[in-house]
Order: sequence, then structure tokens, then C-alpha cells
Amino acid sequence: MKLNKFWFIIAAVFLIGIAFTMVADNEFYFYATYAVMQLMIMGIAWNILGGFTGYVNFGSGGFFAAGAYTTVFLHRAFDAPPLLIAVLVAPMVCGLIGLGVGYFTLRLKGVYFAIATLAVAIILETIVVNWEFVGGAGGYYLLIPENVVFFDSYIEWLFVLILAITLIAIIVSRYLNSSKIGQGLAAIRDDELAAESMGVPTLKLKLISTTVMGGLMGAAGAPFPYFITFVEPVSAFNLLVAVMAIAVPMIGGTASWIGPVIGGLLLGTIQETVTVNISSELNLLIVGVVLVGFISLAPQGITGLYQDFMRKRRKGND
Amino acid sequence: MASSLTVNNIDGGYGSVRVLHDLSITVDFGETVVLLGSNGNGKSTLLKCITGLIKPDRGEIILNVDGEKTDLVGKTPEEVVTAGISMVPEGRRLFPALTVEENLYLGAYRKFARKKISENLDFVYEIFPRLKERRNQLAGSMSGGEQQMVAVARGIMSDPTILLVDEPSVGLAPNLVSHMIGKIRELKEKKNLTVLMAEQNFNQAIKIADRGYIIVHGEIEFTAASADELANNEMIKQYYLGV
Repeated sequence: MKLNKFWFIIAAVFLIGIAFTMVADNEFYFYATYAVMQLMIMGIAWNILGGFTGYVNFGSGGFFAAGAYTTVFLHRAFDAPPLLIAVLVAPMVCGLIGLGVGYFTLRLKGVYFAIATLAVAIILETIVVNWEFVGGAGGYYLLIPENVVFFDSYIEWLFVLILAITLIAIIVSRYLNSSKIGQGLAAIRDDELAAESMGVPTLKLKLISTTVMGGLMGAAGAPFPYFITFVEPVSAFNLLVAVMAIAVPMIGGTASWIGPVIGGLLLGTIQETVTVNISSELNLLIVGVVLVGFISLAPQGITGLYQDFMRKRRKGND
Repeated sequence: MASSLTVNNIDGGYGSVRVLHDLSITVDFGETVVLLGSNGNGKSTLLKCITGLIKPDRGEIILNVDGEKTDLVGKTPEEVVTAGISMVPEGRRLFPALTVEENLYLGAYRKFARKKISENLDFVYEIFPRLKERRNQLAGSMSGGEQQMVAVARGIMSDPTILLVDEPSVGLAPNLVSHMIGKIRELKEKKNLTVLMAEQNFNQAIKIADRGYIIVHGEIEFTAASADELANNEMIKQYYLGV
């Protein structure tokens, strides 16, 4: 019953998204919802390693940029192949980077792991800055194709694409959260040594976790060059990307798959509204205030608040 | 399945700090063997070597299952658990944010244990009825004695033939220690287990011990062939009672 409901909602959201492209005229809505969903995917991806497994990661922005630069590389090397190819290749590339990085850094714990992941992002940035083929420090322009099949404009196609990626990210995250793998990850988060003595294959699970994190981050980054049509390393590798990816699950709640979905919707919507109605500088300030507010008042995020509420209500009924 | 364990001349420790020196013990099928020694003498290090959490620098750890011998040195903790050895770690080390039942399920993480999961769950609930009452409670919110029950029950969930117990008395009130030790004996008898237990609480440990070793500074100082030999040993008086 619950399973069917989940798949029904996933299918319904996708169909509503497609219907939306038929009805809506104003392209702003697509740009705004694209940004919200991109943020949501980043939050979901970060949460798999940071929330489920308990390894706080500041380098997720590096994986996002690596996804974007995979698209740039394919665009240059194969004379602008369809974006769909990049969207399929980028998660594999970033997943492999995640696997490699995981293998070398997962021996570290806590703050040392966080610093190591930050270093990984800087290494990736340095590579891109010095790699002329993908534009180097000067950046890379991409022209979006003029002809779009089925949709009225290219942004509508991008919107449907990111919607599909978001839904896949939710499905993957929910699967990892509720399966036997998710139990193992939760055990690692709670007490890694105990998990190991119980026979939980900790290294393997942590590598799955980093690989999926990298892959989803890469998937979020793959359509990005087409979205803004110009990529350069400083903004693509901006630490802000990583901070936003952390803020989303912090606000929504890190323990379950639904947390970053709620957090992404909330934070993304606030951001887009503020950017348009007030200013884009103020938008950053608001992210900061919301984050500080949540960390001090509701450290378990919105899902934590909800659980507390339900627990109190149950006690009230008894 | 008749399992026994033989540790031959192992050296081991943490990085350059060597804790165990040329240490050998044997645990035969169906025995309860205790490792006695105060803090910092290498009891936990030895158990960690057996479970694969630490790789010894030298020596061999032979697991004998129905005459089939395997050297556990170099095996990962998962492989050791799969081979039928389960550890109840010192200080319980539960997963505090998970419920009692989720903790127990994690004990049965390996594939072979999954098959017998409902049978073993019923079994541990029968031994520890308190856990059944509290199965949906978060493990971190329980009392020390109840947490120790979860830790021991979790160890049984992997369906072991050899159970390693590291200091089950830590942080428990004296009457609970006695209860816990009694439960370990009950589990051993009902499940036909072979038990190796590290303990500081000498008086409680010898209640269920068939034999024992006294470990001092990473070496076996005394091998006792029976519980009586342990009880009447001069060295024990010296180390434990300070007389």
C-alpha cells in the first residue's frame, strides 16, 4: 500500500511536470523550478554520505562541478552531442571519482575527513583551471541547440530532464535508506567499530555511499552548463555549492530520505522568491539565517520536529 | 558443529605499540574459558585480533570447525563473523539511535544469519523477555543492564558457534553482573556455544568458567586447568585482592 502510494506520487509528479510545460508560457517558472530541483538533488546526494552514513563532506561542490565539466568535455570533444548522453556519462564519471576518493579518504574520521574532501574539491578545481581543452580559467561558452524536439523551448526540456533526475535521486535515496544497505549505513553512523564487529561490511558500504553521492552530484551538475550557457571554474567550484548542499538536509532532517526533499523545496523556494522580489545578495543572508535558526532551534530538521510532534501526540492519547 | 579456537604465538598491537607478546591460548569445543587481567593488559586486544579488527604482526589463529582448519589472521571482520565467531564488544557499543529490534537485526547482517533471523529473534526474546517488551525503544535510552542484554542478544543474532564476550560487567551494578553472567551460561547451554570471555570481575567470572588464563602485560602469566585452580591461585590474590 505504502509502496504503491510512493510510486503513484513519483509518476504523478512527473506527469504534472510534463503537463506544466504544455500549459505555462512564462519561462521564469522553469528557470526557478530548475534551480530548486538542482538544489534538492545536491541535498539528497550529500545526505547519502553525510546523513545516512555520518561522514560530513565539504567537497560535494567538486563533484557537482565535475559533472558540469564532463558535459563541457563531451561538448568540445564530440562536437555537441545530445545533452542526454552527458547526463548519462557524468554520473558514471563522478561516481568513479567518488569511489576513488572514498577509497583514499574513508580511513579518516570526523573533521579530518571533512578537510580531506575539501582538498579533493580544490584538486579538481586546479585540474580544470589548468586544462585548456575545457576552457581553463577563462571558462567555456556553450550554445544551446536551436531546435528542440517535442518541447516549446530548450529550458522546458532542461526542466523535464532535471525533474527526471530529481525523481531518480529520490528513488535511489529512498531505496538506500530503507533497505538492508540503509541499516548498515545507520550502524556505521552510530558506531562504526560495533558495526564492523557485527559483520557489517563497512568499507564496502562506505564506498557505495561515496559512489552514489558522487554520481548524484554529477547528475545534478551535468545539465548545468546548458542551464547557464557559460561555465568557469571559480563559480562552478564555489564552496557555496557545498554549503548549500549541506544546508538542505540540515533544514529538512538528515536521518531519512524525505528530509532533503522537504529541505530542498523549502530552501529553494525561499531563495528563488527572495532573489526575484528583493535581491540576490539578501538571498544568501537569508540562507544563513534559516540555517542558524534550524541548527539552534530544531537540530533534527523538519522531519525531527514532525517526529517529536507525533511522539507527543501519541503520549497524549495514551 | 563443533568449533574450537587455537591462538598460537601471536604478537600484536596498535601501530608501533606492541601489546601482545608471543601469546598462545586454546578454547576447546563446549568450554567456557575466561581471560582474567586488569585494565591495559591486552585482553581486548587479543579479542580484536581474533575478530579481525586488528591484524597480528606474527602468529596464527586457527579456527577448527569439525576438523576443518582455517587461519583467521588476515581475514576481515565480516569473514570472521561468517565463520561463526561473534563478539559482544566492551562497553556494549550499541547503535543508540536505532531501536532494540533494529540493533538485533544488525546482529544478523550476514547472509547466513538472515536465514535464521526469526528463529534467533524468538530465542533471544525468550532469554531476555525485557527486550521483547522494549523492542521499539531506542537502545540509547535504556538502562545499562538492559543495554548489556541488547549487546549480548545482538551477538547471538549472528548465529555463532563461538561467542567472544568482552567485559560484560563494565558499568553494571553487582546484582546485574551476576544476572548477566548467569544469562551467558544459559545461552551457552541452550545454543551449544563455545565461550571466550574477558573479565576483570574475578569472582563473577569463575562462577561459569571451566578454565582460564591470567594475562599480564600481554603475556599469559598463568594457565589454570580448572576453576578451582583459578580460585586458589596466589597470583590472583596478588593482582586482584592486593594481599
